Amino acid sequence: MPEMPLPAEGVGEPRWLRWTLTALALAFLLGFLVLPLANIFHAALSEGWRVFLASLRDEEAALAIRLSLTSSAAAVLLSTVFGLAAAWFLGRHRVPGHGLWVAVLDLPFAISPVVAGLMFVLLFGLDGWFGPWLDRHNTQVIFAKPGIILATAFVTFPFVARELLPLVEALGPEAEEAARLLGASPWQTFLRVTLPALKWGLLYGVILCASRAMGEFGAVSVVSGHIRGETMTLPLHIEAVYNEYQFGAAFACASLLSLVALVSLALKSFVAWRARRDREGT
Amino acid sequence: MKPFLTVFLFLASVGAPLQAQSLKLLNVSYDPTRELYQALNPVFAAQWKAKTGQTVSISQSHGGSGKQARSVIDGLPADVVTLALAHDIDALASQRQLLPATWQQRLPRNSSPYVSTVVFLVRAGNPRGIRDWNDLLKPGVQVITPNPKTSGGARWNYLAAWGQALTQKGGSEAKARAYVTELFKRVPVLDSGARGATTTFVERGLGDVLLAWENEALLVSEGTGKGKFQIVLPSSSILAEPSVAWVDRVVQRKGTAAVAKAYLEFLYTPEAQAIIARNGFRPSDPKALKDAGSKFPKLRLFTVADPFGGWGHAHETHFKDGGTFDQITARK
Repeated sequence: MPEMPLPAEGVGEPRWLRWTLTALALAFLLGFLVLPLANIFHAALSEGWRVFLASLRDEEAALAIRLSLTSSAAAVLLSTVFGLAAAWFLGRHRVPGHGLWVAVLDLPFAISPVVAGLMFVLLFGLDGWFGPWLDRHNTQVIFAKPGIILATAFVTFPFVARELLPLVEALGPEAEEAARLLGASPWQTFLRVTLPALKWGLLYGVILCASRAMGEFGAVSVVSGHIRGETMTLPLHIEAVYNEYQFGAAFACASLLSLVALVSLALKSFVAWRARRDREGT
Repeated sequence: MKPFLTVFLFLASVGAPLQAQSLKLLNVSYDPTRELYQALNPVFAAQWKAKTGQTVSISQSHGGSGKQARSVIDGLPADVVTLALAHDIDALASQRQLLPATWQQRLPRNSSPYVSTVVFLVRAGNPRGIRDWNDLLKPGVQVITPNPKTSGGARWNYLAAWGQALTQKGGSEAKARAYVTELFKRVPVLDSGARGATTTFVERGLGDVLLAWENEALLVSEGTGKGKFQIVLPSSSILAEPSVAWVDRVVQRKGTAAVAKAYLEFLYTPEAQAIIARNGFRPSDPKALKDAGSKFPKLRLFTVADPFGGWGHAHETHFKDGGTFDQITARK
């Protein structure tokens, strides 16, 4: 194919249009993202540092933070195991209806989280499929921690799988086949050959998954039961204290959640940068 | 399929088993009672410990009353429910036999340890000179109340306005309808929930009068908005009787029947009734109400049963599609 000359910068667009578009994008970014976010931090500190710290140390807030951390960790673990399995399976095997399966992977993104939560109520509620069985065994799934983990895992399932699938497909089976021929066990092959090639993608997926898990509201709200100090995650706690007129406390917790988002954003950029460097280095 | 099965078995094995020996109560309640039960729970726990030597811890869950009832029906293991409407507890009996249909007769005064009513919250100094329902129709007065289609609290406000016009001397259905029609012409925004309406009035500074629960109005006038608002008690209003019950099916399984029953009976003791008064709810015990003094002035109270024939009937007449609310707002 003959090489096309790259068009000179800005050809076809008058300068005023370029500036207007840039200004528009910047104004939008500032007005809809930066200012509201900055305002959260401002509101959080409006009643002073003492109130800010006290509202994070409050017993219910602390328990909500702990629940958010543990349930997110569990959900990330589930999504990672599932994501690795799904990506490897779909990337290595030409299963019939391949496209359909890949589309199904995206289902949790497409479904409203509220519907996802109600799905679990239909499965594990007293009226649900497993409800009577769980009830006979005195086991609580929804309105308890397992339900919160399930709901969080459901809405975050696709992150890892979607990140890994293109990598697995691009990697191809050659290196793994070579390792097996040289006498490595399947487990060794996975740990020493497959995983290192996927590590940045995996990390990227895990970060996305974790930040989404920390912030999940809708699905968790449906299955939580809203028991104070027991089944309230951080987002639910924020809504509750806001509705109780404790605006300072609500925004203190909200700023913590925003901070988690900003940190994960930074981590994500770092991982993307390292992955690019690794790719270019080899 | 396999990962799902593994995950399911894993979760089932870590599922929180309900231990019979630990004394833990879950009180599933509605939104505005959080501070009330936070004040009541430690007092009961101390009394129970002194009487039996057992340690009891009480967890609270709060949300919209109807939604909370739905969660209990779906399996939220509530030992006791303390909801806004008897109707919501009836649903636990009718939809899933979680407790007997006659639950309301098991505790004194129709199982209502506290009651409340709809009052006016106005800005400090009462600049519009609002004393009673008719003053709400003065020219230029704006009234804040949420949408009765979506808010339970708003239905009480609506029925309070309707009922006072109906039950006063010379009142009639036609006069009540005319009054409520005029009233809703003075509502600039219909928020979807009671808390939203309060925020509109308190934070955004819209309107001259907020129709609110007495306990919510007290919370604002004595708490967050101290000095900026005052309560005006109309000459008559509606009586709300939030109800409490233990959930037989749950307490039998958890072995908490005795403590759950004692917890609810405790709400009727003079000590608890005094805490109830301090938190802005009217004690249902006449003596405790008198002891609370000037905080709860007397007014003429009517109920949903009389003159509205109960919630089922009130809903049919006023709030379902094509009911009086739709008729009067469509005419605007």
